[in-house]
Amino acid sequence: MDVLYFAWVRERVGAGHEHVDPPAGITTVADLIGWLAGRSSGHAAAFAEPERLRAAIDQKFVPLDAPLGRAREVALFPPVTGG
Amino acid sequence: MIRIAVAPEPIDLAAELAAIEAGGAGGIASFTGLVRADDGVTELELEHYPGMTEAALTELAESATQRWSLLGATIIHRVGRMRPGERIVFVATAALHRREALDACAFLIDRLKTGAPFWKRERRGEDAAWVEAKVSDDAAAGRWGA
Repeated sequence: MDVLYFAWVRERVGAGHEHVDPPAGITTVADLIGWLAGRSSGHAAAFAEPERLRAAIDQKFVPLDAPLGRAREVALFPPVTGG
Repeated sequence: MIRIAVAPEPIDLAAELAAIEAGGAGGIASFTGLVRADDGVTELELEHYPGMTEAALTELAESATQRWSLLGATIIHRVGRMRPGERIVFVATAALHRREALDACAFLIDRLKTGAPFWKRERRGEDAAWVEAKVSDDAAAGRWGA
């Protein structure tokens, strides 16, 4: 699946997107965040406090306990601040 | 008629108002948000999620047209870098009567704050800091119900 990062999550990870293939057992967005945290020190810094993160699956906002299902695109980012 | 735009270009108020006025309404309500010079901010940078942003704003405008009898709804959001005093967001609604236009306009700007994927970064000279989301924005969005 493609994972997209925005704002300070993108800066800490050091990339705006990457393609990942999580193992079986990673079934929710929260699971994915925990798994991604192990990929590098930048990922660990981005995902150290999951409660500060928000997510979208295939461009729809979802809670962190949402199942990944057949997600093609998962985005992880801080709470939005537009307007 | 729904018009959504997310772009780095400055927002042309006269052109946007003229366009929505052409729809045969009895009243137009609009909100214009400007970049504030909070605590010495020299520049604001707006990041967004291309594709999802436009979809979220379209869905928001559609929910307003279902809730109120609108003849038009426009949401324009600027992205990229801008300076204090420049327009960052413009929302306008057209209806036969003022109450629907005014309420729908307030709904759109309240919901846009928490329901569309934009992120602000403030620059003060060489320093840059991501803006934190406000609890008061969640409350403002929540007053319109589910």
